[in-house]
Amino acid sequence: MAKLESHIPAGPLAQKWSRHLFESKLVNPANKRKYEVIVVGAGLAGASASATLGELGYRVKTFVYHDSPRRAHSIAAQGGINAAKNYQNDGDSVHRLFYDTIKGGDFRAREANVYRLAEVSAQIIDQCVAQGVPFAREYGGLLDNRSFGGAQVSRTFYARGQTGQQLLLGAYAALCKELAAGSVESFSHTEMLDLVVVDGHAKGVIVRNLLTGEIVRHAADAVVLATGGYGNVFNLSTYARQSNATAIWRAYKRGACFANPCYTQIHPTCIPVSGDYQSKLTLMSESLRNDGRIWVPKDPADRRKDPHAIPESARDYYLERKYPSFGNLAPRDISSRAAKQVCDEGRGVGESGLGVYLDFADAIQRLGVEKVRERYGNLFDIYHEITNEDAYRVPMRIFPAMHYTMGGLWVDYNLMSNLPGLFVLGEANFSDHGANRLGASALMQGLADGYFVLPGTISTYLATVKPDQRPPTTHPAFAEAEEQVRQQIRRLLACRGRRTVQSFHKELGRLLWDHCGMARNEAGLKQALERIPALREEYAQNVNVPGSDQDLNQSLERAGRVADYFELAELLCRDALERRESCGGHFREEFQYPDGEARRDDEHFAHVAAWEYQGPDRPPLRNVEPLVYAEVKMATRSYK
Amino acid sequence: MKVKLKVWRQRNADTPGRFVVYDTPELNPNMSFLEMLDVVNEQLTLQGEEPIAFDHDCREGICGTCSLVINGKPHGPQRGVATCQTYLRSFRDGDEILVEPFRARPFPLVKDLVVGRQAFDRIMTAGGFISVRTGSAPDAHAIPVPKEAAERAMDAAACIGCGACVAVCKNASAMLFVSAKVSQFGLLPQGQPERYRRVAAMVEQMDREGFGACTVTGSCEAVCPKRISLDFIARMNRDYGVALLRGA
Ligand SMILES: Cc1cc2nc3c(=O)[nH]c(=O)nc-3n(C[C@H](O)[C@H](O)[C@H](O)COP(=O)(O)OP(=O)(O)OC[C@H]3O[C@@H](n4cnc5c(N)ncnc54)[C@H](O)[C@@H]3O)c2cc1C
Ligand code: FES
Repeated sequence: MAKLESHIPAGPLAQKWSRHLFESKLVNPANKRKYEVIVVGAGLAGASASATLGELGYRVKTFVYHDSPRRAHSIAAQGGINAAKNYQNDGDSVHRLFYDTIKGGDFRAREANVYRLAEVSAQIIDQCVAQGVPFAREYGGLLDNRSFGGAQVSRTFYARGQTGQQLLLGAYAALCKELAAGSVESFSHTEMLDLVVVDGHAKGVIVRNLLTGEIVRHAADAVVLATGGYGNVFNLSTYARQSNATAIWRAYKRGACFANPCYTQIHPTCIPVSGDYQSKLTLMSESLRNDGRIWVPKDPADRRKDPHAIPESARDYYLERKYPSFGNLAPRDISSRAAKQVCDEGRGVGESGLGVYLDFADAIQRLGVEKVRERYGNLFDIYHEITNEDAYRVPMRIFPAMHYTMGGLWVDYNLMSNLPGLFVLGEANFSDHGANRLGASALMQGLADGYFVLPGTISTYLATVKPDQRPPTTHPAFAEAEEQVRQQIRRLLACRGRRTVQSFHKELGRLLWDHCGMARNEAGLKQALERIPALREEYAQNVNVPGSDQDLNQSLERAGRVADYFELAELLCRDALERRESCGGHFREEFQYPDGEARRDDEHFAHVAAWEYQGPDRPPLRNVEPLVYAEVKMATRSYK
Repeated sequence: MKVKLKVWRQRNADTPGRFVVYDTPELNPNMSFLEMLDVVNEQLTLQGEEPIAFDHDCREGICGTCSLVINGKPHGPQRGVATCQTYLRSFRDGDEILVEPFRARPFPLVKDLVVGRQAFDRIMTAGGFISVRTGSAPDAHAIPVPKEAAERAMDAAACIGCGACVAVCKNASAMLFVSAKVSQFGLLPQGQPERYRRVAAMVEQMDREGFGACTVTGSCEAVCPKRISLDFIARMNRDYGVALLRGA
């Protein structure tokens, strides 16, 4: 059984982090140069961590499968980043951001982690501004803010509709600075395919050069995974097409615990699916909900009518009706579920009936078209490009889509997994968002982890290992891991079956969406748990991966990732089945109040479920880390 | 609708390439151009052939990974969008469509439609940053930034680093790309201390990579998916002039 020690420092909540930093072991400057750290990923979390570790004097190697570190999925974040600056003087504070995040996560995150996140949030904004990130500003030259779902204050900083891009380019620039200084070495087009564990410690990785097919071993004193979320297991999602779970999944199979895989987030405002060829779903930023009003017709018979022909009295602004104090700004899980409900009732709009209106008519009347264009112009343009419809004249149609994963590898307060030497940052870990993430908090967490948390905690581990005892890449553990990687590639290429990788991925995604999506129940999950292994078996026998392993082979890349999705999908369903309560993004139909709201079970499930791999033939072990709330009172999460 | 694709296929940089013609199955005009390539690739895979290699990731016009020269134009017929935001609506039933990689000497061909754009990373590494250590920044409100400057900096910062500007330029000039970064920092107070050193270092690296000179034909601005303005090139030239005078 894995040892899950959260290592939360003692003392009052507000002093834990500063105390911990003071009590951390340090590595003296001359010795830092002797330590090598591998960072896999250069999204917000990985790029900021690589740059900062480089500045501190460690020797860093950064790996990405992208052609450049600047292309990580973080680039696509639109809406913004939260920080407790209280620049708007509207009553925000570290404590309020902390509370909102804990409550938003439906009381399933660690208090100490979340408090620290809120605490360092302000520094992130300082850092980014100093790097030249062109945040939106007011005429007086100060930073502008907007409000975002799940909050009643304006604490979100943004750069038009391209906040993720600007923050990532800031972190990438910081990384470039360290590349120039020689402290960081960057490997593009290089995919990590296995983690190497020596005597229980993470000591290296096996990577494949995607252009040449070459497989290479790298050893280090610590390995950092900042490889993003696993939402593409659903096939259709708002993630970039290449985002995948391979790094964390293979680390899981080497002994790192996987926490709360069933906490997945479905975003309420995405463009509905239009056809079977669809390759991805496009998010319409949640910021649209600041001014747009969501509705469906009251009467199912009206659902195909021209929306302009449906009078006010025949419309159901269901979020405003059900959640009067948050209205259209209700958190994501709640808004998504409400949309599903009205569509299930046959009131969904559009061709497929899987859509609701997001209407700007009132906002345009109140603010004028120009103001609306200024705020959301680029989003309206995206909408137009994709749907060929003009949202200034007809309401947008939106529907929930898979968007983010709160679950991920288990980490302690130091962001170290149960495998010593393995650190996990950003969306890849499970740490801060509990069962539901609030808008604009992922960017905050990624940069908090990379710029401030890991650089402060990694020394405690490194101080316990001697750099001259770093195992060489000739160690048998490296050979064994490399052989596994080679074997899998050989197997996939040799199969020459009759179905494409994509066709399997589609089928798996559909299955998950139906049985482990916005609403889950025991029967459905059990059915999924029967069908996934059968499909996985067929995959092993019947997949067709053309080409060779000696050059760029995008089918082969994809095939390895989908193989991992099959295993991960099973764990996801298993976790969803075992968590017999509803909380945040995990909604079990059996556990709801008569009004359809989620029913949490704090008595039995106020804990983290951290799954431990037991080999291919035995079911994984469900370890439990209890969640202790000392500062906040666990309450029923209400947005009414 | 259906179209006929003439696609550049090339095993690697050392093997000669050629156009191969593919007749697509029935397509939906609401499909994106890349979704059409997905469909063709599915078909090729089932026929036991190797699918067409092409670059893509976000598929919403922000990561800068997708490329392709479509009917002679980087990122296809529509202005102000990337290939991944190009929809079949822009074509007619029965069209013959030519699909080629971004061609430019500093972008070596990898395979089929994929080229290497690491030269951009090396230019960025030469100076595309503000040297500020983590944790050492002053409060974000310590230096107010006029809204106009912030907006203008954002116009420049919107560059997605796709390389279409280089691919379309008869000289394979990277001036639009470099000037966007130089201008973003040059417009902000935070970027002033290294302003001239930065422009000199980046331009020097650009030349070293083999990107050509700018003759201000404006073709780069015309194909830029983010409509980055030529004005930034003029701005960079001025800064570069100052840098030379100062011997930065
Ligand atoms: C459309 C969209 C909009 C969003 N908007 C917002 C928003 O407004 N505000 C907000 O807070 N959050 C937003 N999010 C969420 C947020 O963008 C992500 O959670 C966050 O950016 C993740 O960052 P990351 O650094 O953890 O990982 P990523 O950015 O996903 O980076 C992963 C990195 O790991 C590398 N990698 C992965 N696996 C391997 C491997 N095996 N080998 C080598 N390299 C590997 C990749 O190359 C990449 O560099 C949005 C998400 C989406 C999809
Ligand atoms: S795929 Fe990201 S910009 Fe086209």
